[in-house]
Amino acid sequence: MGPFLQYTVIGLTVGSFYALVALGYTIVYGIIRLINFAQGDLSMVGAFIGWTLLVSLGLEHLPLFLAIVVAFVVPMLGTAIVNLGILQFAYKPLLNRSLLAILITALGMSLVLQNGSELIWGPAIEAYPPNLLPAEGMFLGPVHVTYVQIALVVVSLLLMGGLVAFVQGTTLGTAMRALAVDHDAARLMGINVNQVIRLAFVLGAMLAAASGVMLGLYYVQIQFTMGFLLGLRAFTAAVLGGIGNIPGAMAGGMLIGLLEAYTTGYLSGKWEDVIVFGVLITVLVVKPTGLFGERVAERM
Amino acid sequence: MAVLEVRDLHVFYGNIEALKGISLQADAGQIVAILGGNGAGKTTTLRTISGLLRPRSGSITCNGKSLVGLSAHGIVAMGISHVPEGRRIFNVLTVEENLNLGGYLIRSDRAMVQQRKGAIYALFPRLLERRMQLAGTLSGGEQQMLAIGRAIMSDPKVLMLDEPSLGLAPILARSVLRTVREIADRGTTVLLVEQNARQALTIAQRAYVIEVGRIVLEGEASELAKDERVQKAYLGGFEAVSSASPEP
Repeated sequence: MGPFLQYTVIGLTVGSFYALVALGYTIVYGIIRLINFAQGDLSMVGAFIGWTLLVSLGLEHLPLFLAIVVAFVVPMLGTAIVNLGILQFAYKPLLNRSLLAILITALGMSLVLQNGSELIWGPAIEAYPPNLLPAEGMFLGPVHVTYVQIALVVVSLLLMGGLVAFVQGTTLGTAMRALAVDHDAARLMGINVNQVIRLAFVLGAMLAAASGVMLGLYYVQIQFTMGFLLGLRAFTAAVLGGIGNIPGAMAGGMLIGLLEAYTTGYLSGKWEDVIVFGVLITVLVVKPTGLFGERVAERM
Repeated sequence: MAVLEVRDLHVFYGNIEALKGISLQADAGQIVAILGGNGAGKTTTLRTISGLLRPRSGSITCNGKSLVGLSAHGIVAMGISHVPEGRRIFNVLTVEENLNLGGYLIRSDRAMVQQRKGAIYALFPRLLERRMQLAGTLSGGEQQMLAIGRAIMSDPKVLMLDEPSLGLAPILARSVLRTVREIADRGTTVLLVEQNARQALTIAQRAYVIEVGRIVLEGEASELAKDERVQKAYLGGFEAVSSASPEP
């Protein structure tokens, strides 16, 4: 029982990172039916902006709380600007054309972000300050939980809670959900559709950037290629939960995190991708609408 | 003084000319009916006025201000509201959320949103009973009430309705049109596209008949109702229908 609970703690921590990235996929898909394959790479960009602040600019020497706030807020804003740029220059000209063209453009944007980051930050593996956060933790019965794990999960849950409150509780959030149903009807309500699309890209990028900084703090090592697998796993999470569905993305992220932790724990880390992508294939074959995706209406 | 004025409107779908020079006008508080068969260009006319389609040429003005070239959301802000064909309510949102979106442009003024919702619930008490229900679970008549309620949340100067009675039982259709009359009596100008020409002509002051993208007849609604061509084309065979659903 001990190891099982230990793997569960690890799975939920990692799962919350996947959930944040999966939310980005799902918000953007919900509104313009695009799988934004650059989502995982946005996370990587966020991780590098955070690293630049903490290590290159020496913010790690500031008081801990201040350093952490800056290391989250600035990458979230910076990555949002990057994603708006991608929307404006790469996706917008294609929005009313073929979905295939825009999908391939998204794959291209993923490569642009990777190679752009390699140019800026270099191909080497960089390290987040390993002693920034306290390494110790506490025992909950037989399970050891570090304070970092608790903090990262709490921050993820706050971000997700904030997103849900925004989407469910505000008129602007309602407009986002309306756009998932009918763009023309939304226009007739006086909704500026382009503005709401931009908002979705900003939110998606901010969540991805936050997850990138968390990955850096948790695993310490970051590299320009880290967004690729992260993106694919988060995509699997979004599909598993039912793409376009916000609670689905959160649940899917947690499930993928748990699956990965149990696989590593009971089998071997080498089997992680086999199992995770096995799940993707199974969901696509057996229940393509995912666990929560019963209300997906195709507009294509 | 015309609240809404359309002059020589030409609209194309690709190379096909859907509207070949439509001109019409509506005065304050008037109900203006647009009649015509399927494919005549009635829906195209409304979609062009509300900015969902761009005209190749022609002018559209509201109280003298041009609407051509404005975005659809900008046109809503100018005071034109459009209840589209097929209602197009947001099925996965609640009745209340649909109305909130109708008040999207005034969303920062919560008191005003509440006040207008109150007025709409007074007009359609059925919507109040079902306010927390998903709009997709409403009956056809209730969905039409919601579509109209949502459109008047923005307190428009001009309300455009595309086939509001389509698919409704005759008694519901009449009740919807009675509500339209009520809305117009409060000073809103109504542009009404209807299949049910006879009932449309009963509540309208003016009417236009469109055929293949052109206005072929226009005039006082009461005059058009007596016009031989209108009777033949749009009111013909109505006896059979009216005997099945007698006027109240």
